[in-house]
Amino acid sequence: MGRTKVFGLLVACGLLAGCLGQTQSGDQARNADAKEITLTIVANAAVGGKNARGANWIQNWVIPRFTEVQKAKGVTATIKFEQNGTGDEDFKTKVALDLKTGGGGDIIEIDGIWLGEFAQAGQIKPLDEVVGDTGWDGWNQIPEAVQGLGEFDGKRYGVPMGTDGRVLFYNRKLFAQAGLPADWQPKSWQDVLDAGAKLKSLQGVTPIQLNAGSAMGEATTMQGVLPALAGTGRPVYENGKWQGDSAQVKDVLALYRKIYGGGLGDPVLQQEANGRQRSFTLFSENKIGVLLESDYFWRSVVEPKNGVAAMADRDAAVGWALVPAREPKAGVGGQDFVSMSGGGVRVINPNTQYPRQAWEFMQFLNSAEAVKESLAGTAQLTQRQDVNDQVLGGDPMLSFIAEKVLPITRYRPGLADYPKVSAALQQATADVVSGESPDDVARAYREALVKAVGEQNVG
Amino acid sequence: MDSSGLGVRRAVGFVAPALLLIGIFLVFPALWTLYIGITNYQLTGAAAANPQVVGLDNLVEAVRDPLFTNSVWLTALFVLFSAVIGQNVLGFLLAWLLRSVSPWLRRTTEGLVLLSWILPSTVVAFLWFAVLSRDTGTLGLLLGQPETSWLVQYPMTSLIVFNIWRGTAFSMLLYTSSLAAVPPSQLETARLVGASGWQTVRDVVFPHIRGHVLTNTLLISLWTANDFTPFLLTSGGPNHQSEVLPVLIYRQALEGGQLGYASAMSMLLLVGNLAIALVYLRLLRRRA
Amino acid sequence: MSPLWIIRRIGFYVLITVVLAFFAVPMLWLASAPFDAKPGLGLRWPDWTLRNVVATFEHPYALTSLVNSLVLCAVATVVTTVLAALAAYALSRVRIPGRDLLLYLLLLLSSVVTGTAAMVPIFVMMLQLGLINSQFGTALVIAGGMLPAAIFILKDFMDAVPRSYEESARVFGASPRQVLAHVVLPVARPGVATIFVWAFVNAWGNFLLPFLLLRDVGQQPAAVLLRTLYDEGGSANLTVIPVFSLLYSIPVVVLYLFVSKRYGFRFHGGIKS
Repeated sequence: MGRTKVFGLLVACGLLAGCLGQTQSGDQARNADAKEITLTIVANAAVGGKNARGANWIQNWVIPRFTEVQKAKGVTATIKFEQNGTGDEDFKTKVALDLKTGGGGDIIEIDGIWLGEFAQAGQIKPLDEVVGDTGWDGWNQIPEAVQGLGEFDGKRYGVPMGTDGRVLFYNRKLFAQAGLPADWQPKSWQDVLDAGAKLKSLQGVTPIQLNAGSAMGEATTMQGVLPALAGTGRPVYENGKWQGDSAQVKDVLALYRKIYGGGLGDPVLQQEANGRQRSFTLFSENKIGVLLESDYFWRSVVEPKNGVAAMADRDAAVGWALVPAREPKAGVGGQDFVSMSGGGVRVINPNTQYPRQAWEFMQFLNSAEAVKESLAGTAQLTQRQDVNDQVLGGDPMLSFIAEKVLPITRYRPGLADYPKVSAALQQATADVVSGESPDDVARAYREALVKAVGEQNVG
Repeated sequence: MDSSGLGVRRAVGFVAPALLLIGIFLVFPALWTLYIGITNYQLTGAAAANPQVVGLDNLVEAVRDPLFTNSVWLTALFVLFSAVIGQNVLGFLLAWLLRSVSPWLRRTTEGLVLLSWILPSTVVAFLWFAVLSRDTGTLGLLLGQPETSWLVQYPMTSLIVFNIWRGTAFSMLLYTSSLAAVPPSQLETARLVGASGWQTVRDVVFPHIRGHVLTNTLLISLWTANDFTPFLLTSGGPNHQSEVLPVLIYRQALEGGQLGYASAMSMLLLVGNLAIALVYLRLLRRRA
Repeated sequence: MSPLWIIRRIGFYVLITVVLAFFAVPMLWLASAPFDAKPGLGLRWPDWTLRNVVATFEHPYALTSLVNSLVLCAVATVVTTVLAALAAYALSRVRIPGRDLLLYLLLLLSSVVTGTAAMVPIFVMMLQLGLINSQFGTALVIAGGMLPAAIFILKDFMDAVPRSYEESARVFGASPRQVLAHVVLPVARPGVATIFVWAFVNAWGNFLLPFLLLRDVGQQPAAVLLRTLYDEGGSANLTVIPVFSLLYSIPVVVLYLFVSKRYGFRFHGGIKS
């Protein structure tokens, strides 16, 4: 290969690399009167695969209905659905590549926690900048806290798609065998540990499953560290700083130490590549006593018919309780009980050709009728209060989440640095589980945090 | 020299299509990746909007990063034990032993060994979960130790054994055919003077197949050093104990979104590959 | 028949048995889990059922994804094999300055591109070329990554084809093209066949490139589909995965059996110089 050719390649490299940071935006009313429109919706859902219900809904209900609605107005709408259905990180990468290169769908479903990263990169823009007027009667139906999922830095970027809440699930059969009450509600961490100590006497039973380590990924942070940290009264991020090796972080690590050093949890399970799924299977086989999870566990894991670890006797065998603070009144905001929530958000691509129509489509997707239809007869916490009131009644667990958990829950800080902090927290729990002392681990965690987000951002 | 009468012009014509494809779809993105390696480019977040050239900072950071040095060490172990020793020795052993067995046994063994090579890696990962997992894993049941979670308690050993299983076929194929090129008369002579199996291999066979040993070692070393399958089995865990370089790069690029940093590490992986290739070239030249 | 000989024979067969077991045992899952009423990630004697098979065939994209895989891999493999054979032959016969160095450099660069770090350049480049959502384009990228290693291995084969054959052919007035087609390729056929299978197997397992470059789920290959068989909490759908794994494995095995029966599956095989 000649020298000029190499040089040419390098120049081309530079030119193309220059395009990488580029984003574009334009007139919000562009093509507002178009008679023929094409809109694409992108989701991490696939018919017959991941989140199949959502995919079926879009394909079989949303697209035909919305096309009809448009037709009635004399507009020929072509709605395309780009199905995915893969690991969250892979999906996020794809979306980021799309947005970066000025492409991608018009409406994109993302995890609420990515909002900050995409916003800081300029890959998504505040909703009113993209589509202009965002007035909509649906906002009244979406609780403030849930709306927060679609906001970053005080600005609204998207419309949330529903939410969830975390509780302690426990196995009533094992509780009966261990002489524990059938209706259990621990008031402090010590209560949970005490119950664990009783369950330990049962042969072949792991008393407590509190996710730990990097192998579980975000499940460790969401179903482990953050609810625990909320129970110490101090959230992971406050007043512009991330919590370093504070007394509260040390408390949380000490809790992990008590569980995994004291034989109340299974340290090996935390490190297995399929550990989380295995913990589900073990719970369904009556081999785990207490497990912290979101309502996903109830709806999709131990669900008697189609759950991935179905329990035929779920309704009788599985109990749930609020996650207690370290001790009463010690939780964030002086609460006795705490929880963490997350959820997806739909955003509109700033590069869309049809901003007004995309917003119209968004309203359609979030209408009471559409949201109810998306559940396909099952119960789940949606973003809309009116729908929740109709569908949750038949399910005591989900009503419990709506009534008792959502009022006390917290959301993760949707900042670009969050994934790095989350990774550092996961690493810290991994270290404690493998036997290091909470103090040493807290120090190492602080160092990792400083490296990840900078000294000035660590409190 | 040019016995085929090809002529330089026609030869270039034969090579050009391959080079064109390689140029567009390989050299260009590879050089670009190396360029990204000197920026602080990220997939999302503030640094995504405005990537800055940071020069060699990424490389310096990588060399100082304990995770990176850990990874280099693990990759070296992985290549040495699973490829250079494991696949090489087992591949040769199979080729050597299977010369003298009945055809059906030979075909069965070769078929099984090749099957483990051609199955897709996602499927292979499931197969090995079934072998190595706790409680129901085949290995635990065979050894009467169902409580052992092999991938967690012995992650690198498991990966090394796995990779020997996965990749031995290539060495076996290559050695089978190279052994066919060893003159039978020389083997017969060795047998007559009463040389042991090992002596025969060392003094008679090895000089003939030396070039093949080197080619084989180079290719399997490069493939192993760049193999991503460990991610499917252990995701680098527990606690980075099996985080070989391709896994670390994947995690930095996809889970961390740190594309600049990941590219810089790719560059270092390339340098490592280069070192392997240079050692190989040197040994090959010494032969000539 | 000395005792020593018997002991060595026994030792020999024990060794072969151990090696056979080592390679065979992991395959058992593929024979049991697809037909088990409660398939798990471990091995057990199945409660025989065909329910999983039915569920897999009813999956809307399972079978199309296999067809997509076949198309994608066929293109990538044919391109790789043909171009690599041409290039390897020329490189083997004509001394181009810096030939070895070039080959090594390409071989090394191929490791960068097959890694994840190169996804942004590849994605942006394909976008500029208008090849997003093109199975053909995706196949070309995959082929580009495999070509250096394919040329490298095939050149070894071509080196081993005796030049005397070609000289005789030329004496009878064959053109270089005819020499290649009728003399060299038939001799190097096992090598070409081997590369064909190798390339196919490699393309068959590729996930990241098709995932990023093909947008329509109806176009995506089996490697991508297999990743969709998890629910939103990341739990594997074990009804479909084992059967699909089996289906996904069959084409490569069939291809190997076919090629190995028809052309032999050897390196440098059949060449007695």
